Amino acid sequence: MNAPIMPGTAATPQSPHEDGPRPRRLLNKQQGRTVISVILLALPLLVYGLFMLYPLGRVLILSFYRWDGLGVGEWVGVQNYVTTFSDERLLGAFLHALVLIAFYAVIPLIVGLVLATLLTRTQVRGLGFFRTVVFLPQVIAMVVLAIAWRRIYAPDGLLNSILRGFSLGSLTRTWLGDFSTALVAVGLIGTWVSTGLVTVLLMSGIANIPKDYYEAATIDGAGWWRRFWHITIPGVRAEILVSLTLTVIAALKTFDLVYVTTSGGPGTSTTVPSYEVYNQAFRLGSVGTASSLAVILTLVIFAINLAINLLGERD
Amino acid sequence: MGRTLVTRRRLLIGSGTVTALGLLAACAPGGRSSSTASTGAVEVSTDIAGLPEQTLTVWDQETRGGQNEQMERLNAAFMEKYPNITINRVSQSFDDLQTTLRLALTGDDAPDVVQANNGRNTMGQFVPAGQLISLDPWVSAYGWDQSYSPAILSYSSYSADGTVFGEGSLWGLPQVGEAVGIYYSPSRLQALGLEPPATWEEFDGQLQTIKDAGQTPLMLGNVEKWPALHVFGPVQGAHVPAEQIRDLGFGNAGASWVTDKNLAAATQLQDWAKKGYFNEGFNGLDYDTVWQDFAKGAGIYLMAGSWLAPDLADVLGEDVVFMLPPASSETGRVATTGGTGLPFAITSAAKEPNAAAAYIDFITNADAMQVLADTGNVPVNDTAAFATDTISVTNDVMTAFDTLTTTGDVLPYLDYATPTFDQVLGDALQELLDGKSTPQEFLDVLEAAYTEFTGD
Repeated sequence: MNAPIMPGTAATPQSPHEDGPRPRRLLNKQQGRTVISVILLALPLLVYGLFMLYPLGRVLILSFYRWDGLGVGEWVGVQNYVTTFSDERLLGAFLHALVLIAFYAVIPLIVGLVLATLLTRTQVRGLGFFRTVVFLPQVIAMVVLAIAWRRIYAPDGLLNSILRGFSLGSLTRTWLGDFSTALVAVGLIGTWVSTGLVTVLLMSGIANIPKDYYEAATIDGAGWWRRFWHITIPGVRAEILVSLTLTVIAALKTFDLVYVTTSGGPGTSTTVPSYEVYNQAFRLGSVGTASSLAVILTLVIFAINLAINLLGERD
Repeated sequence: MGRTLVTRRRLLIGSGTVTALGLLAACAPGGRSSSTASTGAVEVSTDIAGLPEQTLTVWDQETRGGQNEQMERLNAAFMEKYPNITINRVSQSFDDLQTTLRLALTGDDAPDVVQANNGRNTMGQFVPAGQLISLDPWVSAYGWDQSYSPAILSYSSYSADGTVFGEGSLWGLPQVGEAVGIYYSPSRLQALGLEPPATWEEFDGQLQTIKDAGQTPLMLGNVEKWPALHVFGPVQGAHVPAEQIRDLGFGNAGASWVTDKNLAAATQLQDWAKKGYFNEGFNGLDYDTVWQDFAKGAGIYLMAGSWLAPDLADVLGEDVVFMLPPASSETGRVATTGGTGLPFAITSAAKEPNAAAAYIDFITNADAMQVLADTGNVPVNDTAAFATDTISVTNDVMTAFDTLTTTGDVLPYLDYATPTFDQVLGDALQELLDGKSTPQEFLDVLEAAYTEFTGD
């Protein structure tokens, strides 16, 4: 590159008699950068718009129609939303999703914090192995897990066999087919799956907390609980946020687990919004209702995660 | 509703439901459904040998052993007879077909011939949406009104606007017949000193005897919710006049769920559950596991569809019998849920309806019935003629289906009634069987869904 042109010396004198257009650059540097950015962004934006925003928009539009997926849709305004909010079955589905949050997110977080603390603070042999085992449910497809758990919960399955083994035969039941236990049974599968992810996340968080903090606190006479509460928890705040975000989303969009284990039954005791979206759209031919459900579900997921992150970032 | 397919094992249709819905949304609500319902425009011709070379796309769900084999044989024979027509067969499971057909019909590249479920949530929606072509023009040309019994044809008949089910135009033709009955193993029954029941009352009484003997009288796996429909159907048939059940099942106005006879049926079913006649935990067990358990020796009776016969015979050989639920003294006639396999229909996107109609005739005519029988299926027409002298459960099914269609009452699958009835009834039956609702509450739920639909 040439040396920077010094002002004054290089400025070509502009003689008034010289006519013809002054050679000008089309865009200055700043504008050039903008153009390049736009060009570079165009493709991803297009793809994102085509595959994310457009379908989202379509679902929103469809939610204002009564449509069976075949004939001509009929504009019904917010009728589908009114239906969704007044239909016991659909409201129940959202209620069940909230219950599942406890099983998918809250319990795993508590268990994960305890497990992670124990595992990182004590010298455990074969930590890597344990870490893998705990994380394993994340790697296996949910459908496979669901089928396996269905066997565990079966009348002659593992769980009932264990209960009988401890002479607790009176407690045995068909866990997934009993109105009082089905939702809890489904939820516990979620707990089992989420705990591994949460634990591994928290373990890496705890490992990053400088050891001197704990040493200093110990010298100051802080007990296990105080150290846990004042050092560990603040130290893994980011990891807690991430794990809550992931698990709450997972809880709210549960589909395959319910589809495979209970079909929303017995009765309607384990239906969840995602399952209802599928059910309404593809089995019952109420695409409008399904769309309104999907929109509400999206908003709920968005709102809950926004809340988690706002609360988490507040100091 | 999975009734034709036994292996309706849950496939992952997709955790990405929302994504799928997004794809669905890509076609405007009804934007492309420019109803080609002008069926009158088709000029009927049964001579398709002179048609230009073309491909006929057929979507079926005949994926299992003998079902698949008959389809392959018939397709090959068709292409041999009509070298100008190539069949492009797309075969998928019952569940997959149910969920994809709706999208496929409205797409640009819709198939010519499809297997569509009879009920109001499938054919009942396709018809008024103008997605199918009526078979009426070809009925006399191929003599379908002669070869098929009126009761069978009524299963795929709708008025053009879709409001009346069971009469009106013909929209599809089935290949096979099916009925819900009672399976038992003669040796197991004998061990208990019991004879096959001759009346419904005797059957009911035997259940207690079996229970007292420390055995499980009835096997049921009902986590999918629909299997209980196949138990309730015969129970209802034993108490309620067939005409009323047809109206209720077809979702046509003029009947009511809230009657003494329906109450008697619901009460009997709940009593069975209360008295512990079913295997433990039936609401949490899946259909396939339970009939496989039955095949391996669990329980005495299994109330299920005739489509299980080949699979049960594989395990039990000659030690399994299929019988129709015996007639009750109340109705005096054999009556049970049953009907046909999924009918084949012509879509309004069919490029050459005459070729499609010829294909449907080819896979349902007398020669095809023989192929069906040869491959272990139950031909819908002249069923008894295909039964042989050998003792086998498939022969039982053939004679039973013939008896049912000639001297008994075929009752429609109750989930046909309304687009949502398989869900409503499935949920309600689980609650009834669990004792969570009373028989009266059970009927009230069904009545509400039925009148809401017929009231429109």
